[in-house]
Amino acid sequence: MPVLDAIDLAIMRATQAGLPLTPEPYQSLATQLGLTADDVMKRMQYMADLGIIRRIGAVPNHYKLGYRFNGMTVWNVPDAYIDELGQKVGALDFVSHCYHRPRHLPHWPYNLFAMVHGKTQLDVDRQIASIAAILGDHNLGSDVLYSTKILKKTGFRSGI
Amino acid sequence: MDDIDRNIINTLQHGFPVCDRPYLQAATELGLTEQELLDRLQALLDDGTLSRFGPLYHAELMGGALTLAAVKVPEHRFEEVTEIINAFPEIAHNYARNHELNMWFVIATETPEQLQQTIDAIEQHTGLTVFNMPKINEYFVGLKLEA
Repeated sequence: MPVLDAIDLAIMRATQAGLPLTPEPYQSLATQLGLTADDVMKRMQYMADLGIIRRIGAVPNHYKLGYRFNGMTVWNVPDAYIDELGQKVGALDFVSHCYHRPRHLPHWPYNLFAMVHGKTQLDVDRQIASIAAILGDHNLGSDVLYSTKILKKTGFRSGI
Repeated sequence: MDDIDRNIINTLQHGFPVCDRPYLQAATELGLTEQELLDRLQALLDDGTLSRFGPLYHAELMGGALTLAAVKVPEHRFEEVTEIINAFPEIAHNYARNHELNMWFVIATETPEQLQQTIDAIEQHTGLTVFNMPKINEYFVGLKLEA
Protein backbone atom coordinates (compact mmCIF):
# COMPACT_ATOMS: atom_id res chain seq x y z
CA MET A 1 0.00 0.00 0.00
CA PRO A 2 1.64 3.22 -1.12
CA VAL A 3 1.73 5.93 1.46
CA LEU A 4 0.63 9.45 0.66
CA ASP A 5 1.88 12.37 2.64
CA ALA A 6 0.06 15.54 3.61
CA ILE A 7 1.17 17.33 0.43
CA ASP A 8 -0.19 14.53 -1.80
CA LEU A 9 -3.47 14.72 0.06
CA ALA A 10 -3.57 18.50 -0.34
CA ILE A 11 -3.09 18.08 -4.11
CA MET A 12 -5.83 15.47 -4.13
CA ARG A 13 -8.25 17.76 -2.31
CA ALA A 14 -7.39 20.69 -4.54
CA THR A 15 -8.18 18.64 -7.66
CA GLN A 16 -11.28 16.76 -6.45
CA ALA A 17 -13.45 19.27 -8.27
CA GLY A 18 -11.21 19.16 -11.33
CA LEU A 19 -8.04 20.49 -12.88
CA PRO A 20 -7.89 24.31 -13.21
CA LEU A 21 -8.83 25.50 -16.71
CA THR A 22 -5.82 27.78 -16.99
CA PRO A 23 -2.94 27.57 -19.49
CA GLU A 24 -0.62 26.33 -16.72
CA PRO A 25 -2.94 24.30 -14.46
CA TYR A 26 -0.17 22.64 -12.45
CA GLN A 27 1.36 26.07 -11.80
CA SER A 28 -2.08 27.31 -10.70
CA LEU A 29 -2.33 24.43 -8.22
CA ALA A 30 1.23 25.06 -7.05
CA THR A 31 0.49 28.71 -6.38
CA GLN A 32 -2.67 27.80 -4.48
CA LEU A 33 -0.80 25.22 -2.35
CA GLY A 34 2.50 27.05 -1.86
CA LEU A 35 4.49 24.52 -3.93
CA THR A 36 6.39 24.62 -7.20
CA ALA A 37 4.81 23.45 -10.45
CA ASP A 38 7.55 20.81 -10.76
CA ASP A 39 6.65 19.44 -7.35
CA VAL A 40 2.93 19.23 -8.23
CA MET A 41 3.68 17.53 -11.56
CA LYS A 42 6.12 15.04 -10.03
CA ARG A 43 3.67 14.09 -7.31
CA MET A 44 0.74 13.75 -9.69
CA GLN A 45 2.81 11.69 -12.10
CA TYR A 46 3.91 9.52 -9.17
CA MET A 47 0.29 9.01 -8.07
CA ALA A 48 -0.64 8.17 -11.67
CA ASP A 49 2.25 5.67 -11.94
CA LEU A 50 1.04 3.95 -8.77
CA GLY A 51 -2.55 3.88 -10.00
CA ILE A 52 -3.75 6.19 -7.22
CA ILE A 53 -4.74 8.53 -10.03
CA ARG A 54 -6.52 6.20 -12.44
CA ARG A 55 -6.29 8.75 -15.21
CA ILE A 56 -6.47 12.47 -15.83
CA GLY A 57 -9.03 13.56 -18.34
CA ALA A 58 -12.61 14.18 -19.33
CA VAL A 59 -15.47 12.47 -17.51
CA PRO A 60 -18.57 12.71 -19.70
CA ASN A 61 -22.14 12.62 -18.47
CA HIS A 62 -23.62 9.44 -20.01
CA TYR A 63 -27.07 10.90 -20.42
CA LYS A 64 -25.82 14.06 -22.17
CA LEU A 65 -24.00 11.93 -24.74
CA GLY A 66 -27.23 10.09 -25.46
CA TYR A 67 -26.41 6.98 -23.43
CA ARG A 68 -29.77 6.71 -21.74
CA PHE A 69 -29.68 2.94 -21.22
CA ASN A 70 -27.18 2.22 -18.48
CA GLY A 71 -27.55 -1.31 -17.21
CA MET A 72 -25.88 -3.11 -14.36
CA THR A 73 -25.61 -6.63 -15.78
CA VAL A 74 -25.07 -9.32 -13.17
CA TRP A 75 -24.07 -12.92 -13.79
CA ASN A 76 -23.68 -16.12 -11.84
CA VAL A 77 -20.51 -17.85 -12.98
CA PRO A 78 -18.50 -20.60 -11.26
CA ASP A 79 -15.86 -19.12 -8.94
CA ALA A 80 -13.21 -21.30 -10.57
CA TYR A 81 -13.64 -19.44 -13.88
CA ILE A 82 -14.56 -15.97 -12.74
CA ASP A 83 -11.13 -14.34 -13.07
CA GLU A 84 -10.62 -15.62 -16.61
CA LEU A 85 -14.16 -14.67 -17.64
CA GLY A 86 -14.08 -11.33 -15.81
CA GLN A 87 -10.97 -10.27 -17.74
CA LYS A 88 -12.67 -11.11 -21.04
CA VAL A 89 -15.89 -9.30 -20.18
CA GLY A 90 -13.97 -6.29 -18.83
CA ALA A 91 -12.09 -6.03 -22.12
CA LEU A 92 -15.30 -5.45 -24.13
CA ASP A 93 -15.37 -1.87 -25.34
CA PHE A 94 -18.89 -1.19 -24.07
CA VAL A 95 -18.19 -2.34 -20.49
CA SER A 96 -17.19 0.58 -18.25
CA HIS A 97 -16.79 -1.30 -14.96
CA CYS A 98 -16.37 -5.02 -14.31
CA TYR A 99 -16.03 -6.58 -10.87
CA HIS A 100 -16.18 -9.82 -8.92
CA ARG A 101 -18.51 -9.27 -5.94
CA PRO A 102 -19.87 -11.70 -3.32
CA ARG A 103 -23.11 -13.63 -3.71
CA HIS A 104 -25.74 -13.47 -0.96
CA LEU A 105 -27.57 -16.77 -1.25
CA PRO A 106 -30.43 -17.35 -1.57
CA HIS A 107 -31.34 -13.70 -2.28
CA TRP A 108 -28.54 -12.80 -4.64
CA PRO A 109 -26.83 -15.52 -6.72
CA TYR A 110 -24.74 -13.20 -8.93
CA ASN A 111 -20.98 -12.74 -8.57
CA LEU A 112 -19.90 -10.99 -11.79
CA PHE A 113 -20.96 -7.37 -12.35
CA ALA A 114 -20.51 -5.50 -15.66
CA MET A 115 -21.88 -2.01 -16.34
CA VAL A 116 -22.97 -1.50 -19.94
CA HIS A 117 -24.08 1.64 -21.75
CA GLY A 118 -26.18 2.07 -24.86
CA LYS A 119 -28.15 4.70 -26.71
CA THR A 120 -31.07 2.32 -27.31
CA GLN A 121 -32.54 -0.71 -25.61
CA LEU A 122 -31.49 -2.71 -28.67
CA ASP A 123 -27.85 -1.67 -28.18
CA VAL A 124 -27.94 -2.92 -24.61
CA ASP A 125 -29.70 -6.15 -25.58
CA ARG A 126 -26.92 -6.83 -28.09
CA GLN A 127 -24.24 -6.05 -25.51
CA ILE A 128 -25.85 -8.46 -23.06
CA ALA A 129 -25.93 -11.14 -25.77
CA SER A 130 -22.20 -10.57 -26.41
CA ILE A 131 -21.41 -11.07 -22.74
CA ALA A 132 -23.58 -14.20 -22.63
CA ALA A 133 -21.69 -15.55 -25.65
CA ILE A 134 -18.36 -15.08 -23.86
CA LEU A 135 -19.61 -16.79 -20.72
CA GLY A 136 -21.13 -19.69 -22.68
CA ASP A 137 -21.87 -22.72 -20.53
CA HIS A 138 -20.43 -20.97 -17.49
CA ASN A 139 -23.42 -18.61 -17.44
CA LEU A 140 -25.57 -20.10 -14.68
CA GLY A 141 -28.01 -17.20 -14.59
CA SER A 142 -28.14 -13.47 -15.13
CA ASP A 143 -30.15 -10.31 -14.66
CA VAL A 144 -29.89 -6.67 -15.66
CA LEU A 145 -30.76 -3.81 -13.34
CA TYR A 146 -31.49 -0.37 -14.73
CA SER A 147 -31.39 2.69 -12.54
CA THR A 148 -34.87 4.14 -12.40
CA LYS A 149 -33.93 7.20 -10.34
CA ILE A 150 -30.83 8.88 -8.96
CA LEU A 151 -31.59 9.26 -5.24
CA LYS A 152 -28.27 10.85 -4.29
CA LYS A 153 -25.17 11.86 -6.16
CA THR A 154 -22.40 13.71 -4.38
CA GLY A 155 -19.32 15.28 -5.87
CA PHE A 156 -17.41 12.19 -4.82
CA ARG A 157 -15.83 10.70 -7.92
CA SER A 158 -13.94 7.51 -8.04
CA GLY A 159 -13.78 4.45 -10.10
CA ILE A 160 -16.24 2.22 -8.33
CA MET B 1 -22.06 19.68 -29.50
CA ASP B 2 -20.24 19.64 -32.84
CA ASP B 3 -17.53 17.39 -34.31
CA ILE B 4 -14.78 19.35 -32.57
CA ASP B 5 -16.47 18.81 -29.19
CA ARG B 6 -16.91 15.13 -29.97
CA ASN B 7 -13.25 14.83 -30.86
CA ILE B 8 -12.24 16.57 -27.61
CA ILE B 9 -14.42 14.26 -25.51
CA ASN B 10 -13.30 11.08 -27.27
CA THR B 11 -9.62 11.99 -27.14
CA LEU B 12 -9.43 13.42 -23.63
CA GLN B 13 -11.30 10.54 -22.00
CA HIS B 14 -8.14 8.51 -22.46
CA GLY B 15 -5.72 10.80 -20.74
CA PHE B 16 -4.25 14.23 -20.38
CA PRO B 17 -0.57 15.18 -20.15
CA VAL B 18 1.34 16.23 -17.06
CA CYS B 19 3.57 19.05 -18.34
CA ASP B 20 3.89 22.85 -18.11
CA ARG B 21 1.32 23.60 -20.84
CA PRO B 22 -0.85 20.48 -21.06
CA TYR B 23 -3.80 22.23 -22.73
CA LEU B 24 -1.44 23.56 -25.40
CA GLN B 25 -0.07 20.07 -26.01
CA ALA B 26 -3.53 18.48 -26.15
CA ALA B 27 -4.86 21.33 -28.31
CA THR B 28 -2.05 20.91 -30.83
CA GLU B 29 -2.90 17.22 -31.18
CA LEU B 30 -6.56 18.15 -31.68
CA GLY B 31 -5.74 20.87 -34.22
CA LEU B 32 -6.97 23.65 -31.94
CA THR B 33 -5.42 26.61 -30.18
CA GLU B 34 -4.89 26.42 -26.45
CA GLN B 35 -7.55 29.08 -25.82
CA GLU B 36 -10.08 27.29 -28.05
CA LEU B 37 -9.61 24.07 -26.08
CA LEU B 38 -9.94 25.87 -22.74
CA ASP B 39 -13.11 27.66 -23.91
CA ARG B 40 -14.68 24.49 -25.24
CA LEU B 41 -13.89 22.50 -22.09
CA GLN B 42 -15.44 25.26 -19.99
CA ALA B 43 -18.57 25.23 -22.18
CA LEU B 44 -18.84 21.41 -22.00
CA LEU B 45 -18.57 21.59 -18.21
CA ASP B 46 -21.07 24.46 -18.02
CA ASP B 47 -23.74 22.63 -20.03
CA GLY B 48 -23.14 19.36 -18.17
CA THR B 49 -21.82 17.35 -21.14
CA LEU B 50 -18.73 16.75 -19.02
CA SER B 51 -19.38 16.10 -15.36
CA ARG B 52 -15.75 16.68 -14.58
CA PHE B 53 -12.32 17.37 -16.05
CA GLY B 54 -9.28 16.30 -14.08
CA PRO B 55 -7.76 13.42 -12.15
CA LEU B 56 -9.88 10.42 -11.19
CA TYR B 57 -8.62 8.93 -7.94
CA HIS B 58 -8.56 5.32 -6.84
CA ALA B 59 -10.22 5.52 -3.42
CA GLU B 60 -8.87 2.31 -1.91
CA LEU B 61 -5.29 3.09 -2.91
CA MET B 62 -5.67 6.48 -1.25
CA GLY B 63 -6.31 4.62 1.98
CA GLY B 64 -10.07 5.02 1.81
CA ALA B 65 -12.65 2.28 1.61
CA LEU B 66 -15.59 1.80 -0.72
CA THR B 67 -18.37 -0.69 -1.07
CA LEU B 68 -21.53 -1.24 -3.03
CA ALA B 69 -24.57 -2.24 -0.98
CA ALA B 70 -28.23 -2.92 -1.61
CA VAL B 71 -31.45 -3.09 0.39
CA LYS B 72 -34.90 -4.43 -0.29
CA VAL B 73 -37.24 -1.55 0.58
CA PRO B 74 -40.99 -2.08 0.89
CA GLU B 75 -42.65 0.24 -1.64
CA HIS B 76 -44.59 2.16 1.03
CA ARG B 77 -41.38 2.93 2.94
CA PHE B 78 -39.30 3.95 -0.08
CA GLU B 79 -39.26 7.71 0.59
CA GLU B 80 -38.64 7.33 4.30
CA VAL B 81 -35.75 4.89 3.77
CA THR B 82 -34.26 7.10 1.03
CA GLU B 83 -34.18 9.97 3.51
CA ILE B 84 -32.57 7.89 6.24
CA ILE B 85 -29.88 6.45 3.98
CA ASN B 86 -29.12 9.67 2.10
CA ALA B 87 -28.64 11.47 5.41
CA PHE B 88 -25.45 9.47 6.02
CA PRO B 89 -22.54 11.56 4.72
CA GLU B 90 -20.76 8.29 3.88
CA ILE B 91 -23.30 7.60 1.10
CA ALA B 92 -21.68 8.81 -2.13
CA HIS B 93 -24.31 7.68 -4.64
CA ASN B 94 -27.70 6.09 -4.25
CA TYR B 95 -29.84 4.69 -7.07
CA ALA B 96 -33.30 3.19 -7.31
CA ARG B 97 -33.13 0.05 -9.47
CA ASN B 98 -35.76 -2.20 -10.98
CA HIS B 99 -35.19 -5.31 -8.89
CA GLU B 100 -36.40 -6.84 -5.64
CA LEU B 101 -33.23 -5.30 -4.22
CA ASN B 102 -34.49 -1.89 -5.24
CA MET B 103 -32.03 0.53 -3.64
CA TRP B 104 -28.29 0.43 -4.41
CA PHE B 105 -25.75 2.76 -2.88
CA VAL B 106 -22.02 3.33 -2.69
CA ILE B 107 -20.53 3.86 0.76
CA ALA B 108 -17.21 5.70 0.94
CA THR B 109 -15.28 6.02 4.21
CA GLU B 110 -11.75 6.78 5.32
CA THR B 111 -11.18 3.31 6.79
CA PRO B 112 -12.56 -0.19 6.17
CA GLU B 113 -13.82 -0.34 9.78
CA GLN B 114 -16.04 2.68 9.17
CA LEU B 115 -17.73 0.85 6.30
CA GLN B 116 -19.03 -1.82 8.63
CA GLN B 117 -20.04 0.79 11.21
CA THR B 118 -22.03 2.64 8.56
CA ILE B 119 -23.72 -0.59 7.42
CA ASP B 120 -24.60 -1.46 11.00
CA ALA B 121 -26.03 2.01 11.57
CA ILE B 122 -28.12 1.84 8.38
CA GLU B 123 -29.52 -1.53 9.45
CA GLN B 124 -30.34 -0.13 12.87
CA HIS B 125 -32.03 3.01 11.55
CA THR B 126 -34.02 1.29 8.79
CA GLY B 127 -34.63 -2.17 10.25
CA LEU B 128 -33.62 -3.56 6.85
CA THR B 129 -30.88 -6.04 5.93
CA VAL B 130 -28.03 -4.42 4.03
CA PHE B 131 -26.51 -6.67 1.40
CA ASN B 132 -22.85 -5.69 1.34
CA MET B 133 -21.12 -6.37 -1.99
CA PRO B 134 -17.53 -5.13 -1.72
CA LYS B 135 -15.44 -5.86 -4.75
CA ILE B 136 -13.40 -9.06 -4.51
CA ASN B 137 -11.59 -8.40 -7.74
CA GLU B 138 -11.57 -5.59 -10.29
CA TYR B 139 -11.28 -6.57 -13.96
CA PHE B 140 -11.80 -3.22 -15.58
CA VAL B 141 -12.63 0.35 -14.66
CA GLY B 142 -12.75 3.02 -17.28
CA LEU B 143 -15.01 5.11 -19.38
CA LYS B 144 -14.93 4.89 -23.11
CA LEU B 145 -18.15 6.39 -24.31
CA GLU B 146 -18.03 7.47 -27.93
CA ALA B 147 -19.48 11.00 -28.11
